[in-house]
Amino acid sequence: MIGCWIGFGVVCFLLLLGWLRRNREGLPFGGGERAGNALVVILGIALPVALLSGLFFWSDIVVIRSTAAPTRGSTRLTVRVIGHQWWWEARYKSTKAVTANEIHIPVRVPVDVVGTTDDVIHSFWIPQLNRKIDLIPGRQNHVLLQANEPGIYEGECAEFCGLQHAHMIATVIADPKPVFRRWLANMAKPVRAPSKPSEERGRGVFLEQGCAECHRLRGTPADGDVGPDLTHLATRRKLAAGTVVNDYVHLAGWVADPQHFKPGNRMPQVPMSGDDFNALVDYLQSLK
Amino acid sequence: MTTVLTPRAEQRVERLHEIWDERPGVLGWLTTVDHKRIGLLYLFTTMAFFLAGGVEALLMRTQLAQPNEHVVSPGTFNELFTTHGVTMIFFAVIPMQIGAFGNYLVPLMIGARDMAFPRLNALSYWIFLASGLFLYAGVFTGHAPNAGWFDYVPIALRRYNPGPNVDFYALALIFTGISTTIGAINLVVTIFKNRAPGMSLNRMPLFCFAILATSFSLIFALPSLTVDLVFLELQRKAGFHFFDVGHGGDPLLWQHLFWIFAHPEVYIIVLPAFGIATSIIPTFARRKMLAFPLVALAELLVAFIGFGVWAHHMFATGLPLIAIVFFAAASMMVVIPSTIQVFAWTLTVTMGRPLFKAPLMFIGGFIVFFVLGGLSGISFAAIPIDQATTDTYYVVAHFHFIIFGAAVFPLLGGLFFWFPKVTGRLYNEPLAQAAFWLTFAGTAITFFPMHIAGWLGMTRRIYTYPSHTGWGTYNLIESVGGFILAAGLVLVAFNLVWSRLHGPPSGRDPFFGGTLEWTTESPPPHYNFAVIPRVSSPYPNWDVADREEDAQDLDRGTRVFDEGHETPATTVRDGYLDDVLEMPSESGWPIVIALCVTLLFVLVLLSHYVSAVAFAGIAALALAVWHWREPEPEPL
Repeated sequence: MIGCWIGFGVVCFLLLLGWLRRNREGLPFGGGERAGNALVVILGIALPVALLSGLFFWSDIVVIRSTAAPTRGSTRLTVRVIGHQWWWEARYKSTKAVTANEIHIPVRVPVDVVGTTDDVIHSFWIPQLNRKIDLIPGRQNHVLLQANEPGIYEGECAEFCGLQHAHMIATVIADPKPVFRRWLANMAKPVRAPSKPSEERGRGVFLEQGCAECHRLRGTPADGDVGPDLTHLATRRKLAAGTVVNDYVHLAGWVADPQHFKPGNRMPQVPMSGDDFNALVDYLQSLK
Repeated sequence: MTTVLTPRAEQRVERLHEIWDERPGVLGWLTTVDHKRIGLLYLFTTMAFFLAGGVEALLMRTQLAQPNEHVVSPGTFNELFTTHGVTMIFFAVIPMQIGAFGNYLVPLMIGARDMAFPRLNALSYWIFLASGLFLYAGVFTGHAPNAGWFDYVPIALRRYNPGPNVDFYALALIFTGISTTIGAINLVVTIFKNRAPGMSLNRMPLFCFAILATSFSLIFALPSLTVDLVFLELQRKAGFHFFDVGHGGDPLLWQHLFWIFAHPEVYIIVLPAFGIATSIIPTFARRKMLAFPLVALAELLVAFIGFGVWAHHMFATGLPLIAIVFFAAASMMVVIPSTIQVFAWTLTVTMGRPLFKAPLMFIGGFIVFFVLGGLSGISFAAIPIDQATTDTYYVVAHFHFIIFGAAVFPLLGGLFFWFPKVTGRLYNEPLAQAAFWLTFAGTAITFFPMHIAGWLGMTRRIYTYPSHTGWGTYNLIESVGGFILAAGLVLVAFNLVWSRLHGPPSGRDPFFGGTLEWTTESPPPHYNFAVIPRVSSPYPNWDVADREEDAQDLDRGTRVFDEGHETPATTVRDGYLDDVLEMPSESGWPIVIALCVTLLFVLVLLSHYVSAVAFAGIAALALAVWHWREPEPEPL
């Protein structure tokens, strides 16, 4: 960085010198053609060779270790991240936990993220945590995630993936270890049973009105895999890959007209009666 | 040089005029083989495409000015950025450099009367025009390309992109590739064989070295793109599986083949700009270019190393570590020929007695942006930085500093610099300087904040962004900058049009330039030079004795070649007279062939393969008739 500014400074200085000395010939300190040629060689070859060698050694030999894919056995948790148009699926290895768009990890634990895609190329990137890694058909790419402070780290899909590339936000939530363990245990559980009549009715609507064809509720016949797993939908902060907040208003708005917030996404508008609709939203809100 | 011609000399000029004159009116322009007319056609066409690309850019900047805007739909936005990229790279900047500047200036700079293959030159233009119109036929029928200018698979495959949008993209680029290849071969042969006797390679203008390097790059890089596009079309239209994982294909194949072309392409974009800089700097610094041979070598070296760095566009795809470290090292190497040139330019200015007129100011702006863009470019060779910044606005900032700052600025400077040569009139200097400052400020304001937005995590190709990200301010500044930039460009255009109509006459050589184009009249006659000029240094126009010799040659009739439609051919290295070439006359066949090839591509697009083959046959037939031996012209 500093080298860059020095280089830029030298060039600007020479141009300025040219302007100031526009009426005088030759170099300011004397010296003719040969001195000029020598300067071109020194500034144009020797200087960059020295600076670039330094940069190469520092970045491509030393720092690169910190962004390299984790070696086998160096991590204690493996998360499979699968890109979809236009959302992220996260599966926690050796548990039944599946979630979408919001990936919880324990603080100060190295996590191996295995990236794949279900359709086109996406790129998984949490700027504050590590490099980006492309999710390419037929390939598995690895990237190390480790958060040393609890918090919410947001990132966007970095490879153009179609109409809603702009609304494909991945969020990594770093929790203290006990909180993470509780969260993971809950995620691995099947869907909770309805506790109110309206939720009971909403469950019926979900299973009968077509939602089940694309979405999965683990523990029910709903096992679609086009859209995100909704088993614990109510635990997520946002809807539709970070597009809107997951509250009553936005959830109802999303179900009523999925194309309003995120035009082009795969979810169709499903016509239903007002009572059915209210029951469905109630039910979805209960899926802790 | 306003020496009065002797009656004998006048007679010879009259004769040349008769031999080289073309048909009057529109028909003359349609059948022309004069490299200057073809250069102007290229210039006007590329300016029209530049305008289209600019409008697309402003629409995008309006959409992105604030978070959550709804100026255009997401689908339209994807079409806008794709078409903007394709237009600017393939139909505006490169053809303006090679087609307009290269075509117009190379023969004049090397003392030739035309390009080596004048009719091929015409064919190259008509195919270029047709392919551009082909692409825009897609745009105007609502099927603009929409998968990004690098069109990655599988998003460009039929499954995810069923419309004809990508077919317009792929076919238009194969189509325009024909034109570019023809043009590049023509320029290489012209530069090697048609230099004025005496112009050995070490006396050739640096602009021609740059064009030579560019043309070679194009010839070797384009096949990779063409193969890639043919694979894509075979997969889209005929069900092949080049990129399907399920059938043993690989989506990374597309990326490798694409970038093997597209990284050299980046140097193809800046090399002619280097060439323009090395023409303008010595003229206004009033001294020879410093380290001339080193600069010439550096230009060729940039083109060569440019072929070994493609994978630095793919550092995030998970290539093996050893491979990416190799490509990072190669990418750093390419910096060295660039720094040689930067310091040669700046030191030439420092050591000379520079006149800061508009063309030199544009070159100053070029150097500033090239250095800034180059420095941000070096950061991509540092793999960890690349993996963080790739596909963000930091990249967008970087390549716009290069493509707009470093490639378009010299073009603007060059437009002013050679305006008197082309029109015979002077441009308006104060207005041109005002336009420079406006464009300079516009470029900096538009593209500099993009670095910051990129560092903050703003990714490319998003049609909108949420307000809590804090990118809004930067984007608003960028959009304002975009409109300032547009105002600067409008001022440039206004200056050129106004000066064309009302500018004072310029004479042959208003700036006392060093190269041969300044020795002839402004605008140059069809035959360029009444006498093929003598050359004994890289800056022949500054050799006053040689120019006086030229005037006597005209009187004596040596080096005039007024026996027919002729130009001398010379040996490749030393520039000894080798042969006298009989040049072809104007012809309608190029435009006929271009028309047949257009219909061929339209029919392939519409999947009418049998009729497409028929038109390929007709084109071949037209090609045969074109090469039919014509009757000897009546001796004058």
